[in-house]
Amino acid sequence: MTTTPTTQTPTPVWHPRTPKARITLWFFWLLTVALFVYCWNLMTANTMWVFVYDAPQAASDLFNRAFPPRWTYMERLWKPLWDTINIATLGTLLGIMMAVPLAFLAASNTTPSKVFLRPFALFCIVTSRSINSLIWALLLVSILGPGLLAGILAIAFRSIGFIGKLLYEAIEETEVSQVEAITATGASQAQILNYGIVPQVLPAFYGISVFRWDINIRESAILGLVGAGGIGSQLQASMNVLAWPQVMVILVVILGTVVVSEWVSAWVRKAVI
Amino acid sequence: MTKQSYPTQWRRPPQIIQAKHWRYLVTFGVLLYLIMAIGTVEVNWGRVVEGVERGQRFIAGFLQPDFTTRWRDISRGLIESLTMTFTSTVVGVLISIPIGVGAARNLAPRWVYYVCRSVIAVSRSLQEIIVAIFFVALFGFGAFAGFLTLTFATIGFIGKLLAEDIEDIDEAQAEAVRATGASWLQLINYAVQPQVMPRLIGLSLYRLDINFRESAVIGIVGAGGIGATLNTSLSRYEYDSSGAILIIIIAIVMMTEYSSSHLRRWVK
Repeated sequence: MTTTPTTQTPTPVWHPRTPKARITLWFFWLLTVALFVYCWNLMTANTMWVFVYDAPQAASDLFNRAFPPRWTYMERLWKPLWDTINIATLGTLLGIMMAVPLAFLAASNTTPSKVFLRPFALFCIVTSRSINSLIWALLLVSILGPGLLAGILAIAFRSIGFIGKLLYEAIEETEVSQVEAITATGASQAQILNYGIVPQVLPAFYGISVFRWDINIRESAILGLVGAGGIGSQLQASMNVLAWPQVMVILVVILGTVVVSEWVSAWVRKAVI
Repeated sequence: MTKQSYPTQWRRPPQIIQAKHWRYLVTFGVLLYLIMAIGTVEVNWGRVVEGVERGQRFIAGFLQPDFTTRWRDISRGLIESLTMTFTSTVVGVLISIPIGVGAARNLAPRWVYYVCRSVIAVSRSLQEIIVAIFFVALFGFGAFAGFLTLTFATIGFIGKLLAEDIEDIDEAQAEAVRATGASWLQLINYAVQPQVMPRLIGLSLYRLDINFRESAVIGIVGAGGIGATLNTSLSRYEYDSSGAILIIIIAIVMMTEYSSSHLRRWVK
């Protein structure tokens, strides 16, 4: 679409768009607004507006009850915190173990069969990515019962998709000339993988893993809400008895852990890449 | 210099940690941590064995999903999720545009910059679920709390990326517009907006995609949407209904992901 003015007036006025484009754009905005109003009405059909109008008062009420935080509760948080970190770390490790073979099966330049195994691996990766770790935890708690194991498996299953996707993209972007050079020496398939492709994706692999570990720390902190162990179970227990001062302490601890893990992950990624 | 300067033997590539004893120490530490970590994981094997049977039932339910029995609950949750996703993305993007402009160092004065940056930092560091818990406590159960949660999360996401994009614009165009004597608003409209618009549309579509995923989760803490339906069906052990809900979630996520990536490529 050109930006030449098409007005026929004696002194042409510059417009950034042609009349047709302007009308199309206008209709697009009209549709968006209409859709928004429609969705808004549908969404708020069941809203109890009394509670919404009450919100400022409820907020000040909550604030008053939550302060000062009960810092002595801290001593009972060390064990759940340790559990949370374990869920994230062990879950990431388990996820890596399952994601690496899947990534090699899914990358178009390393897959043994394009017709059968590649779609299968891609399907596993997509499924794992579209289900949030909290939903994985919900499923696994309902199947395996509450506890750390459900949390670890939930984190692992969610990590497969993330690590698998980024890793197979990294494998597909490897330089062909290095692989060709290794092939020319008469190397076997396994040797080509080991000397041609693995060294090229190793930095990306470390970066992705640490990044996922950082995300997993955040996620494992809340998995306890559905019964999968860690600091989230303390959060759930405190909320059930409306002990807001304890909730405040837990939130501060979660925030601190997240900041530290982010710092560690940024440091490692900078050192590796 | 010797005649043979080519390497004839394979050499080990450089290691991440150069010093040998440090390498051993780190390896040892990692092993020790793993042993301690695995040691503290208490597994109730009796319960796990019991779970195998339930797992089989779940897989059977996933393969033979039951859409009809709970269709009224499912459709209500789905409508709540979808409307929540759309409205929160629109409102979130509208709010995050001024915040993103304010958080760009090349456009905003110092104090505005710091205020907007801290709004973004607060929104980004709190997880959706925790925000949802608070909004549910304040605004009552239902989709409105979910809408507020997703809007809050959208502000941090779009605001940060938009601000970074504005800081990366081509300064020459801004200077040219400034040289014509344009006001600050005209500068934004004619120099900044055309440069960042494609990316803003792309980011909004991406956030729409993320918001749908999140809307499936925040229902677990009572903020409405399909997550609440899923939670109920799982606690009733109705695995065929949960299988149906999961299939719907996966299908919609895949659909939005593909369409949003296509649209983003088209906008570029």
